[in-house]
Amino acid sequence: MHAMVAQTRNELVLSLRQGEQLLVSMGIPVLVLLFLSQVDILPTGTERPIDFLAPAVLGLAVMSSSMVSLGIGTGFERHYGVLKRLGATPLGRPRLLAAKIASVVATEVVQLAMLSGVALALGWQPAWSVLPFAGAVLLGTAAFAGTGLLLAGRLSGPANLAACNGLYLVLLLFGGVAVPASELPGPLGGVAGVLPTGALVKVLRSATGATLPVTGAWIALLAWAVAMPLAAALTFRWSPAD
Amino acid sequence: MRRASSAAANFAAVTGSDTGREPGSDTDRSVGSDTGHGVAVDIAGLRVSYGAVTAVDGLTLQARAGEVLGLLGPNGAGKTTTVETLEGFRRPSAGTVRVLGLDPVSDHDRLMTRLGVMLQSCRLYSAIRPIEALRLFASYYPDPDDPEALLDRVGLRSRARTAWRKLSGGEQQRLALALALIGRPEVVVLDEPTAGLDLDGRLLVRAIVAGLREAGACVVLTSHELTEVERVVDRVAIVDRGRLLACGSPAELAVAAGGTAEVRFSAPRGLDVAALAVTLRAPVREPEPGRYVIEAAADPGLVARLTGWLAERDVGLADLQTGPTGLEDVFLRLTSAARSEEGA
Repeated sequence: MHAMVAQTRNELVLSLRQGEQLLVSMGIPVLVLLFLSQVDILPTGTERPIDFLAPAVLGLAVMSSSMVSLGIGTGFERHYGVLKRLGATPLGRPRLLAAKIASVVATEVVQLAMLSGVALALGWQPAWSVLPFAGAVLLGTAAFAGTGLLLAGRLSGPANLAACNGLYLVLLLFGGVAVPASELPGPLGGVAGVLPTGALVKVLRSATGATLPVTGAWIALLAWAVAMPLAAALTFRWSPAD
Repeated sequence: MRRASSAAANFAAVTGSDTGREPGSDTDRSVGSDTGHGVAVDIAGLRVSYGAVTAVDGLTLQARAGEVLGLLGPNGAGKTTTVETLEGFRRPSAGTVRVLGLDPVSDHDRLMTRLGVMLQSCRLYSAIRPIEALRLFASYYPDPDDPEALLDRVGLRSRARTAWRKLSGGEQQRLALALALIGRPEVVVLDEPTAGLDLDGRLLVRAIVAGLREAGACVVLTSHELTEVERVVDRVAIVDRGRLLACGSPAELAVAAGGTAEVRFSAPRGLDVAALAVTLRAPVREPEPGRYVIEAAADPGLVARLTGWLAERDVGLADLQTGPTGLEDVFLRLTSAARSEEGA
């Protein structure tokens, strides 16, 4: 137990010490929230921008912590042989993974509290449904962490860095975060609805008061939450590429 | 003085049979009686292949508690592959590997609490500080050493709070060494521990390895640097292309390879070697100006007569070395013989 607590603390301290990690997990979501809520460029129809934006930014925060920060961090740890070194200690893979999950969840709790606070200050009026909200965050975390680790477990450090950031941007643009899926051209709209970000954001909107049909989104989110960690577990390599 | 003391070390190795080495001849090398310790590392018929390449080909080796075994060989000899099977990173394609009686792959978790490891070119979290890394690793082990004390022991006190990426290569090596020791291991596997270290660092590695042996640990280290190996090990296993070419104490290997015992020293050129030979009761040559070779085993009486003779003439002495023809000759002879055999 002692080792897991120490490892979790280590993961948290080291990620806080990296400025770019803080930027991705806190800075960008806050900026998106502030900028898009003040500048009326979103095709949000009759909704107030903040009501559309706030759940989307919470989904974005989940994606940044569980996919980008975790994926990039783990990718470099593998690339540089840190994971290999840990493999020659009694820590063990289960405790290392548990520590990483605990550190991501702790980061998300802080992120979600802070971003909700900013959104409320900007006039967001959510009607929370706590269980669906927490469930969506957990499934989203599993889906994105699986995706990040899938990339981290196979690509070299720099390639993984580019892939995680690139995927983040793609999912930000086509995942129904800033732009509603219905506004995307042609078949992209349909694809966006089943991407993990689109599904997560839709469920989060529903869990904070919007009236939406969400059965399809739950199914998509659940599928991603099972498939991606499984794929990562099956393909992950602990040692750097020879 | 360093030379003299390493000469004493060589001397101890030359004369040190099972009946005991010269106690106190060199603190780094003085050990108590090691007889009766069990086999800590047992490699039997080990073969490791990657696809069509066979990195290790039928290696059989043992190392006991309280013993330092050096794996010596050129780059690509299979040294790292061999130690990685001890660490459980590689599975043998054939043969068995046991460390403290445990299978490094299937008993990995149990073995790791008793094994200390220094990987070749190991990196750590780039932002972690040495003291944090030591405390973190200490948390993994049931009965760890004190992180603060280890930090002092490897000379990193002044860098305790410097991010890993800002440490010099030598400092990173020192930290890697400390992390290998934090769990109070019974078996320590060091892959190229002196690579990239300055003289201070090398001395530190030697002292730490000697301390581990004294404490009864089994140390397996790899190196391609002959002089380093010669100084710290009890036995050397010379490997090339995944095969064991020879194994024994540096002195045994040298004798087996036909090396003769000799004492070498430097002094002003042109000494009267005939007169010196009479005093020493052994042949003396001056193969190059100012460099002398006495063809005899170094016993304390001979060394005393040599220094006495030089003192009478008020002549300075430098670079006193003893021992048989260096391990280097043995090594080169064995590896080149193996290669020409293969080429034939």
